[in-house]
Amino acid sequence: MQKSLHIDPNKCTGCLQCEMACSWEKYQSFTTAKSRIKVFSFHHEGRFVPYTCTQCDEAWCMIACPVDAIQLDPVTGAKIVLEPTCVGCKVCTIACPFGTINYVAQTGKVQKCDLCDGAPACAKACPTAAITYVDSDWTGLEKMRQWAGKTDTNPATV
Amino acid sequence: MRHLIIGSGPAGVIAAETLRKADPVAEITLLCGEAGPPYSRMAIPYLLRGNIVEAGTHLRQDPAHYDRLRIQLVQVRAQAVDTATRTVTLGNGKSLPYDRLLIATGSRPSVETIPGFDLPGVHSCWTLEDARTILAKARPGTRIVQMGAGFVGCIIMEGLLTQGFDLTILVRSGYMVRRMMNATASGLLRSWCEAKGVKILTHTQPKGITSEGGVLQVALADGRMLPADIYLSAVGVDPNLGFLQGSGIELGHGILVDANLQSSVPGVYAAGDVAEATDCLNGKRQLNAIQPNAVDQGRIAALNMAGRPARFKGSFVFNVLTTLGLVSSSFGEWEGVPGGESAEVLDEARYRYINLQFDGDRLVGANTVGFTDHVGAFRGLIEGRLRLGVWKQRLLEDPTQIMQAYLAATHSVA
Repeated sequence: MQKSLHIDPNKCTGCLQCEMACSWEKYQSFTTAKSRIKVFSFHHEGRFVPYTCTQCDEAWCMIACPVDAIQLDPVTGAKIVLEPTCVGCKVCTIACPFGTINYVAQTGKVQKCDLCDGAPACAKACPTAAITYVDSDWTGLEKMRQWAGKTDTNPATV
Repeated sequence: MRHLIIGSGPAGVIAAETLRKADPVAEITLLCGEAGPPYSRMAIPYLLRGNIVEAGTHLRQDPAHYDRLRIQLVQVRAQAVDTATRTVTLGNGKSLPYDRLLIATGSRPSVETIPGFDLPGVHSCWTLEDARTILAKARPGTRIVQMGAGFVGCIIMEGLLTQGFDLTILVRSGYMVRRMMNATASGLLRSWCEAKGVKILTHTQPKGITSEGGVLQVALADGRMLPADIYLSAVGVDPNLGFLQGSGIELGHGILVDANLQSSVPGVYAAGDVAEATDCLNGKRQLNAIQPNAVDQGRIAALNMAGRPARFKGSFVFNVLTTLGLVSSSFGEWEGVPGGESAEVLDEARYRYINLQFDGDRLVGANTVGFTDHVGAFRGLIEGRLRLGVWKQRLLEDPTQIMQAYLAATHSVA
């Protein structure tokens, strides 16, 4: 069974170990600005919400790419950016309605979570199990909904 | 079942692939109007810059891709469609029968009606062949007078400067990219370009072009003459519909399609730049010539052609543009809606700007300059018509909190 990242913001303390681990894994530097998982702070609510690509089945980024630079990893189900092929046109960054594929000016390419070949560094680094890598047979949208339900940042208004 | 697709841009290619997945035994023919494998015009600016070779523009990188999927590529233009006999007449005198037809012929550059527009040295920058022609003339100091500073006009500038061209841009209105950007965003783009050495003449348009000793002379309406080695016309695009005259397919600005992307003629579908489909924000049928729309429509049209009913839920206009390295984006009703509210934050010195447009507590449009992180969430918020609740007020106070607002709003989707 394929696995997916499972995020439980209730357990997140905002320590940013995930961002550090991600940037180290991908760029060999502790540069949270380059992390593909981002922890958003909600000051009013005093909460933290880790956020990254859910590898959705719709794969908006992959089908929108005009040069075939995003491919499906058949083992992990991750949608992977092939950097040498990416021209940096950014079409994927506006096609993805979740905002989880981003342009990196320094490289002139886009980046997104690729599940680290099946061993996500963020999940390994998370000290509170807010990010886990678990078996999943949810569809992309259900994943997103399930996940989104867990953010629970603003229940009074919805 | 014989599926015929006219046009090998993103909509046509995705449609062919979707058809193959849906029907392993169907006959699938893809008509390509240009030589070579299907390619992406979106990649041409990067070819001009020298970042990629021509193969880097190909929509599919594996040369065996189409053979493997048994998609027959035929390099010839369609000349006419006979919907009574279900045949398409081709430019080589032959004709092809079809059971289901997809028209995905995309756009072509708009033509300027000025004297001299047919002179050698007057070009568009739309096809690979155009790019080759321009690159062949690249020498340091070669003078380009470019008419138009819309999406295409802006996105090719970096490549032209990289090649050493001396660039003068004529803009009919007072604003660059006026169909995408408000005056503030447009002004940032202009000062950015001027700081990089591009001459921009607004409220200007050519009266005519003449050629003297191999040098073009561009006559402006105010009497000035601009010498040029290349006149580059980038005044917008029109859908490629000419071959449909007399076909009986109902046309508006484009091919009028229903929620299944079927035209007025049963069995004939349209996708991409040529399809006049429903806008999900205003409910009207209109053209939407953007890449994500082309691929969404190509996929949905193909499912319907294969007998698997699929509905197009409507789309809206959004785009991302890089002008000499400055990234900007435009979403939906960026001009605002009657009775709506807006919020913006501007850092002129750093070329950073966000403008948000609200209708009640929903985001309906946005312009950004200098922001590249999580911009897709603008699409999610607008297309999902997500209610912002208390976050609307927070965004009015600080538009940069857009991602937090998105995360809070997605809760209501669950």
